[in-house]
Amino acid sequence: MNEATLPPPRKHGRLVVRLLLLAVAFFAFGFALVPLYDTFCEAVGFNGKTLRDATQAKDLPPSAVDYNRKLGVQFISTLMPGLPWEIRPLEPAIELHPGELRTTRFLVRNLSDQTIVGQAVPSVSPTVAARSFQKLDCFCFTQQTLAPGESREMALTFVVDSGIDKDISELTLAYAFFPAPPKP
Amino acid sequence: MNTATHTLDPHAGHAHHPTGVLRWLTTTNHKDIGTMYLTFSLLMFFLGGAMILAVRAELFQPGLQLMKPEFFNQLIGVHALVMIFAALMPAATGFANWMIPLMIGAPDMALPRLNNWGFWLLPPAALLLTMPFILAIFGIGDGAVATGWTLYAPLSVQGGIGVDFAIFSIHILGISSIMGSINIIATLLNMRAPGMTLMKMPLFCWGWLVTAVLLIITLPVLAGGVTMLLTDRHFGTHFFNAAGGGDPILFQHLFWFFGHPEVYILLLPVWGLMPHVLSTFTRKPIYGHTAQVYGFIAIGVLGLIVWAHHFMTAGLPVPALLYFMYSTMAISLPLAVLFFCWIATMWRGAMSFETPMLFAIGFIVLFGIAGLTGLVLADVAADAQYHHSYFVVAHFHYALFAGGIMGVMTGVYYWLPKWTGHMYSEKLGKLHFWLTVISFNFTFMPQFFLGLAGMPRRIPDYALQFTEFNAISTVGAFVLGLSQLLFAWNIWRCVKGGDKATDKVWEGSNGLEWELSSPPPYHSWDTQPVIKSTP
Repeated sequence: MNEATLPPPRKHGRLVVRLLLLAVAFFAFGFALVPLYDTFCEAVGFNGKTLRDATQAKDLPPSAVDYNRKLGVQFISTLMPGLPWEIRPLEPAIELHPGELRTTRFLVRNLSDQTIVGQAVPSVSPTVAARSFQKLDCFCFTQQTLAPGESREMALTFVVDSGIDKDISELTLAYAFFPAPPKP
Repeated sequence: MNTATHTLDPHAGHAHHPTGVLRWLTTTNHKDIGTMYLTFSLLMFFLGGAMILAVRAELFQPGLQLMKPEFFNQLIGVHALVMIFAALMPAATGFANWMIPLMIGAPDMALPRLNNWGFWLLPPAALLLTMPFILAIFGIGDGAVATGWTLYAPLSVQGGIGVDFAIFSIHILGISSIMGSINIIATLLNMRAPGMTLMKMPLFCWGWLVTAVLLIITLPVLAGGVTMLLTDRHFGTHFFNAAGGGDPILFQHLFWFFGHPEVYILLLPVWGLMPHVLSTFTRKPIYGHTAQVYGFIAIGVLGLIVWAHHFMTAGLPVPALLYFMYSTMAISLPLAVLFFCWIATMWRGAMSFETPMLFAIGFIVLFGIAGLTGLVLADVAADAQYHHSYFVVAHFHYALFAGGIMGVMTGVYYWLPKWTGHMYSEKLGKLHFWLTVISFNFTFMPQFFLGLAGMPRRIPDYALQFTEFNAISTVGAFVLGLSQLLFAWNIWRCVKGGDKATDKVWEGSNGLEWELSSPPPYHSWDTQPVIKSTP
């Protein structure tokens, strides 16, 4: 066998390191998607995600009340598994003008004999209306702790921005109540 | 020659590698490793097949006869994970190991030791995935992962130890695949014979190059996703827990960012080998080599940006739905280029119908059905009805069984004489093909109708009106499963002996791999070939 015909030894080190870095970068990208996803959904109101609170809205104070339009707003609430509570909106449906400041209440009761912490997560549909639903004060801003058998009226103060899409005449705010995760 | 230096000396010859078990444990030879990948793949194919036959047996009649729903759920998820990660992917990697050095005129893969490690990570990963079944028999845990292969949160956050086993198994399989991909890219970019420009590289190698890049981009994202799942389960994080500010839909994004390109990862090596087979048995050059290369690249790129069509019913806003619908449909354009190139290669050729050619033609027809039904599913309005129905199950089995597995079988029959030096039995091969293609359609064609009629997937029981189609499907599945024993038997016979294969094997074969002896020498190309003409 003629040694001269052997190919010159190739150096693969550089290419391998680059490819490994690419893999590591995409591992990091997976984690970067977590805040990106959140920011993206909040920025465009995808996924029915409302702004965390009204201070994040662009135009404060809220836009002027539009007395020419009427909007129906429905409130619904669901309990997630593992939360032995009862919850219902005191006003299941209301009518309002866009831009009008309103307060509504939800009744919640702890049916168990233990003190339980819950967390409400809001979602608005149709999802394009999510950004226009601005909460000024909400029981979902904090966790709710209920003693055994305790019941409470929880308030929500909100404005539906008068810039809301003209095609929308009705929107629904849904609260899912979760057992609050244990503090890590 | 001093035996102590044999690993450094490519001319050491046959006598200098260890024999017996140690040969397979320590080998860095691309053919040995390729053989191990393919053997492992075949074993796992039967394991995954046995699982789904149990599922089909349960679905033979309405009602619960054979198993509890919990066990049913475990079987469907592990069947998918085994078939995708332990059968199809290793089969493609086995092809790559065997054929890429032969095709590009290289003595071996670029990183032989990494290659060995890449393979030996697979058996422990497969063990991790299936061990919870066995542990459950001894009363430890509640069985294997029961979430389906997609591991959707929050179900997977609440699942038993099977989920943890699956997560670690996926980590190991991912590391193995990424190492394999790095090796293949290094081999393809650095070790081609002089004169073989990238564009002249055989299409099988091109298919694998795109696959390897996709693997390196998407698998780490899945690894990240399941790592978050793991920390959600055990370390109090809330990536997917809405109460803690997380979002379960996020898991679906992370999963399918990997999951959709995975479909092309499984199929691109097959699309790459198909033109070689078609060209061989039509005795014509491959039509549209360059067009197919760009087709692969276009599908790879588009495949990365369409993932959300897997969960169009999860509540995505309309603009996002429209984007994912149109981008998904756009993939059919480069795919159509491939189809037309395959058909044009056959056009007016002097065709003969040996087993690989039969499988190739079966692949084109049945994979065509997969593509067309995929277009239906991509339609947002239609998808609302078809989502999570048996229509989807039928669609992706046309893609992954007729497209993936039958594609792999095409390659096995095509290259087996080159690997073993013996011809397989054409008679058995043809019998295997016809049994497979007929029983495959008996199994999955009824599932389209079941899906259209509204039967949901992943449910062990069903309404009475679905009985007949399910019974047909189950009978088909058992014939399909049992006829694969012919495949194994044919391979076994071919390894043991048979008519001697010539170097060229097929009358119309074309390419560097057919210039070596059958079987090729232990070290493939001692002298690098030089490419002069266009392939």
